[in-house]
Amino acid sequence: MKLAHYGLGEMPVFVVDQSRCIGCEACVQACAECGTHRGRSLIHLDRIDRATTTQTAPMVCMHCVDPTCAEVCPADAIKQTEAGVVQSSLKPRCIGCSNCVLACPFGVPKYVAEFDQMMKCDMCQDRTSEGYAPMCASVCPSEALWYGTKDEFRERRTGALIREYRFGSQQVRTKVYTVIDDMAEGPIDVVTGQQRSWLDDPFGLEEAET
Amino acid sequence: MARLPVTEEELIELYGPHLNEAPPGGWDADVEIDKVVKTHCCFCGQQCGIKLKVHDNAVVGFEPWYEFPFNEGKLCPKGVKRYLQGNHPDRLMHPMERDETAPGGFRRISWDQALDRVVSEIKRIQAAYGDDSFAMLSGVSITNEKSYLVGKFARLALHTANLDYNGRYCMVSAGVGNKKALGIDRASNSWADIPLADVVWVAGTNIAETFPITTSYIWRARDRGAKLIAQDPRIVPLARTADLYLPVRPGTDSALFGAVLHELIRRDLLDHDFIEQHTLHFDEAAAAVADMTPAWASDITGVPAARIEEAAEIWGTAATGMLLHARGIEQHTKGVDNVLAAINLGLATGKFGKPGCGVTTITGQGNGQGGREHGHKCNQLPGNRDITNPEHRKVVAEAWGCDESEIPGAGVPAVEMIEQIHAGRIKGLLSICFNPLVSSPDANFTREALDKLEFYAVIDFFLSETGQHANIVLPGSLQEEDEGTTTSGEGRIIKINAAVEPPGEARRDWEILLDIAQRLGKGHYFPYENTEQIFEELCRASTGSSADYTGATWKRIEDEFGLFWPVPEVGHPGTPRLYEGGKFNFPDGRARFHGVPFKPSADVVDDEYPILLTSGRVVSQYLSGTQTRRIAALVKQYPEPLCEMHPRLAESLGIADGDIVVVTSRRGSMKVPAHVVNTIRPDTVFIPYHWAGKQSVNQLTIRAVDPYSQMPEFKVAAVRVEKATGHTSIEDTRDMELKEGAS
Repeated sequence: MKLAHYGLGEMPVFVVDQSRCIGCEACVQACAECGTHRGRSLIHLDRIDRATTTQTAPMVCMHCVDPTCAEVCPADAIKQTEAGVVQSSLKPRCIGCSNCVLACPFGVPKYVAEFDQMMKCDMCQDRTSEGYAPMCASVCPSEALWYGTKDEFRERRTGALIREYRFGSQQVRTKVYTVIDDMAEGPIDVVTGQQRSWLDDPFGLEEAET
Repeated sequence: MARLPVTEEELIELYGPHLNEAPPGGWDADVEIDKVVKTHCCFCGQQCGIKLKVHDNAVVGFEPWYEFPFNEGKLCPKGVKRYLQGNHPDRLMHPMERDETAPGGFRRISWDQALDRVVSEIKRIQAAYGDDSFAMLSGVSITNEKSYLVGKFARLALHTANLDYNGRYCMVSAGVGNKKALGIDRASNSWADIPLADVVWVAGTNIAETFPITTSYIWRARDRGAKLIAQDPRIVPLARTADLYLPVRPGTDSALFGAVLHELIRRDLLDHDFIEQHTLHFDEAAAAVADMTPAWASDITGVPAARIEEAAEIWGTAATGMLLHARGIEQHTKGVDNVLAAINLGLATGKFGKPGCGVTTITGQGNGQGGREHGHKCNQLPGNRDITNPEHRKVVAEAWGCDESEIPGAGVPAVEMIEQIHAGRIKGLLSICFNPLVSSPDANFTREALDKLEFYAVIDFFLSETGQHANIVLPGSLQEEDEGTTTSGEGRIIKINAAVEPPGEARRDWEILLDIAQRLGKGHYFPYENTEQIFEELCRASTGSSADYTGATWKRIEDEFGLFWPVPEVGHPGTPRLYEGGKFNFPDGRARFHGVPFKPSADVVDDEYPILLTSGRVVSQYLSGTQTRRIAALVKQYPEPLCEMHPRLAESLGIADGDIVVVTSRRGSMKVPAHVVNTIRPDTVFIPYHWAGKQSVNQLTIRAVDPYSQMPEFKVAAVRVEKATGHTSIEDTRDMELKEGAS
């Protein structure tokens, strides 16, 4: 059983495994219930291409170690907490320019006209500071969003945790982890390296025609 | 006549569905939390633990209940927003009587007036047409205590044989199949066995959308290396990641299971010791599949033969395995056959009564499991006993303190009940938590039937589409307004705690039934001061039955995070896994194989109706939508029914994504936007069923039922699909008006 409550020093981590997302939107609905921004969800759930797949992808703020959003902010309105959580813009400073919205490599910050400021996932600071999992990771039925210690992850789950990404020439390191199957295999060769699976012809249509 | 008192539009204007957007006082209200109540979600059979936050007799939010072991805080979107069903503008707050001259068609009356009218109508109708001419329909969103009470109330207070429940549309095929083959109508395992399985086979169950929390159990198995087989006409979200996908044509599951058994036998992937020591009639099952080769089954099912062989290979060679099924294989005229064919695969490979082994249904409704044990099925008495069995009747008569002769015989199941209402044999109806106008097949027929009732009284918390037809409306209680137990899909008895009091003049359901019984002169059978006393009687009445609650107490249930029945004696630890050691619930202890020949569905495709229609659910809505169509955030997620179809089919019909299409069956027709997606078989369209009136897919479904379970065939209807453009002016508001005027 996973711990319900984490003490100091246990250092739980936030993990996103997009492949396990079932698109149910429990995270979206629960985010809107969080005490500090009730009624407004700050998590993104993308339908990749519903015409061809039920794959969906939840996106929380990845909480970069050197956040691009803060780097490009001309008003110095985006701050990190000591725990490395990147926060929504400071309201008195935010000029609503949306540089952060354009620059974030993960597409996370959104400019909210109603409040004239940038708002984004703050990893439920009110919860995590008390040792509880963020709302989205608490409710996620498939554990695509997950919160716990690395030991718990290794005990319960397969896949390797990564938190280094390259966007063109930019190297980004984040507080939030994602999961890949196996680091040892290296990059996937999308042209020749794919194994044929039922997904290529799910209903046996090609098979029926040949 | 139980016809709508005013137009549908006027009814909707006053009674909804309206949308509840925010908790009391709005999102920014800074309220003090008076208390946090540990209870369970009111929706599906998983019954996830949840903590409700209460302020000033209103539920204002939720908090994950991490300690409850089943879901460890997890919830689906319905669970997250479920609290918004309280403090709802549509909430029924006082008794009402049908009145065509009143705004919205109903006028407020007192409880005394309402109950007197109900009782005088029951007496009038029963005196004029016989006891069984007054019927009762119940639901399994209600607790065990209320299910038990309804069963006893209908038999002893109403003295009618005609009581049935909405589990008739949900779990009955699984129940009959389980009892026939294994002897107990319960999931064979607690969910703790799923992560221990080396193969998980999900057949006809859209787990990600209808039992979302179960997804995490399956991933735990897969993290251990388990294979996932998904059998479904659609690539539903969990199927997308499956190791093997079986794109079965609706209505052909038994052919698929049969071919897999054929392969298991041909390749000798059988557990001979298990078959020899713990089962009967293997030869009958084997004979029935002798000709069911994968090639034959491929033609019938549309699943490539190689994948059928692969399924047999994976299932037959795995040391452990769980096959999970739900309405996809059960809502058929051969629903019981499908369940028996699935169980055959478990028995043939010895996958029962061991860790990580079982073939089990995933119960759909909140108390779908408990609600089918305590006697509110038409042919059933408490403890899942048989109302026609003299021994069983004697035991229950003793528990009820009545003479055995006072207990009526078997009544008719739900669909037949609607047919008898339509035929004029049943004249009066009392219903509780059941919305058959939306959830029954052939909705236009159901509407005609309701119109013919001489008297209809409804106990509910919102005015459902069925309730709109009522003569008397009795405002009952929401799940969070009463205390009791439910039994989840795992067979885990759990405690539902009251968070708030019923608002206004609304009352707890059981108090209403007790009052009616009192006024019918049968109060002495119902001497309860609270629902715990009902539970204690329920437990006593279940002693010695196949659903034995003897050792269960509310205290133990709370202290131990639930108890798995059977709990046959005080201090018994409960039974998470059934059939340990291969002991099945028959006098000889042996499970029964069944020979399952393949039979076609009731509605056949032809040139006029060439496409298969199948129906089901979406993640943000629940059943007939009485609750979830009233919660804004859930409605926003999936606002209206869509017709899913494959691009190949769409192209052949000249239909593009978003076009309005007319879908027509031999029963009726509906207009619905097309949703063109390549995640569904090209010969099949899918429409979810949560909506009412012109948006109801049950206008199209067929009133054919399984001969053993009387489950309707929601999963297969023959239809034609056309683009609506050009039809709009012809289709038929005029025609509809004519029909309405004529009836």
